[in-house]
Amino acid sequence: MAAFLDRSHSVAGPGFSRWLVPPAALCIHLCIGQAYAFSVFNKPMSQAIGVTAPAPGDWSIPDLGWIFSLAIVFLGLSAAVFGRWVESAGPRAAMFAAACLFCGGLIVAGFGVSIHNLPIVYLGYGVIGGCGLGIGYISPVSTLIKWFPDRPGLATGTAIMGFGGGALIGAPLAVTLMKHYASPTSTGVAPTMITMGIIYFIFMISGSLMVRLPAPGWKPAGWVPPTPAEAAARMITTRNVVVGEAVKTPQFWLLWAVLFLNVTAGIGILGQASLMVQDMFGVAVAAAAGFVGLLSLFNMGGRIFWASMSDFLGRKRTYMIFFGLGAVLYALIPWTKNIGSLGLFVAVCCIILTMYGGGFATIPAYLRDMFGTVQVGAIHGVLLTAWSAAGVAGPVLVNYIRQYQLDHGVPKAEAYSVTMYIMAVLLIVGFICNYLVKPLDERHYVTTAEAAG
Amino acid sequence: MNATDTGSGTTVKLVLAWFWVGIPLAWGIWVTLNNALQLFTATKAT
Repeated sequence: MAAFLDRSHSVAGPGFSRWLVPPAALCIHLCIGQAYAFSVFNKPMSQAIGVTAPAPGDWSIPDLGWIFSLAIVFLGLSAAVFGRWVESAGPRAAMFAAACLFCGGLIVAGFGVSIHNLPIVYLGYGVIGGCGLGIGYISPVSTLIKWFPDRPGLATGTAIMGFGGGALIGAPLAVTLMKHYASPTSTGVAPTMITMGIIYFIFMISGSLMVRLPAPGWKPAGWVPPTPAEAAARMITTRNVVVGEAVKTPQFWLLWAVLFLNVTAGIGILGQASLMVQDMFGVAVAAAAGFVGLLSLFNMGGRIFWASMSDFLGRKRTYMIFFGLGAVLYALIPWTKNIGSLGLFVAVCCIILTMYGGGFATIPAYLRDMFGTVQVGAIHGVLLTAWSAAGVAGPVLVNYIRQYQLDHGVPKAEAYSVTMYIMAVLLIVGFICNYLVKPLDERHYVTTAEAAG
Repeated sequence: MNATDTGSGTTVKLVLAWFWVGIPLAWGIWVTLNNALQLFTATKAT
């Protein structure tokens, strides 16, 4: 078993099609993307004892909110801590570990729900599952970049699109299973989590079996690497930087800020989308849920669209669009309310969400351009702490601003305007950070052998 | 996957692999789109 998982046993032989690697990556990301749909469990978990309504002893929604927050924090921490191990162990072992942790976490959480013990749910989904999320998220990224040196944005965009798509599968799957398992004495959450853990394990292991590394020196047929002049013009390095050195560069921290600000602003929409459309346009709860679903769809589509476009536009220019266009669109949201145009509001939010997803999907290719391919997975892992930070800071910022305004007598429908303007300012700061990203100084580079060692 | 793979064998594997991930994703998109339609067809909250 250990030998099968070994990096050397997953090197592709002649005749292997590199187009088998994106579906292998999707097997992982479509499963771990379930995290985005975790909120479907919140209401039934908040009435686990009362079943039809919350009863004394039932968990509160704020207490349950910590499950997702913990998972995102451990996603970033585990990606940062295990990034180098993922690079050295190879994608198959990393995907296997991710499957065990994420699915094991789901099953432990299901057990915690069944005995009504919240710390066990935190441990299961938040800590163990969160580590599975982190390792799973980065496990196929550097492999895809190595298989697609000609189209790294397309390759990583395909995988990371799966993380967005995971919510589209995870939410209806959980709802269907909970309906199946529900009884007069149970909401069906515990068996649903355990069943999902088993289904996702099979799916993730299939990805681990499918994935292959390219043989050393492999190149796509007919592909000619860019000349040094072409590479310099597009700010693409042909050399490598190790993770320990990368984190000492201002470029790494500028990209950290770029991801942090893009995610924080996106959460400004995603985190309050349902309430926002209800308060601003008076739509019904079911329709608001449809709006959130639509945003998830554009979040997913933006990942493949923008990451693929970045192969042609260049990474820096792509982020300039995210931040420049994004700031304008955020500032337009209060205006859509003023003119009473629901259609325009939905269109603006959907475009914003494409760029939120695009920011996640384009960053691995940006890192590869700046730091080379050899330790890009490990560097990406450390950078994902920006997501963890934004996952905590974003909702706090958004909820605090909204509550502050409501407490000071601002009508509900108007309470989002200030938040949107603040998000626009954050994006302008992101624009400046991205503008400041310059090629690395010579002293940071190492030889390929040194980087691999 | 090894050196003896034929072109048609690889094609079959590619089709199967993409269906394996494509079918659940298509189902998720279909359900989401159906739910999203309510945004434009449902009446306003009372």
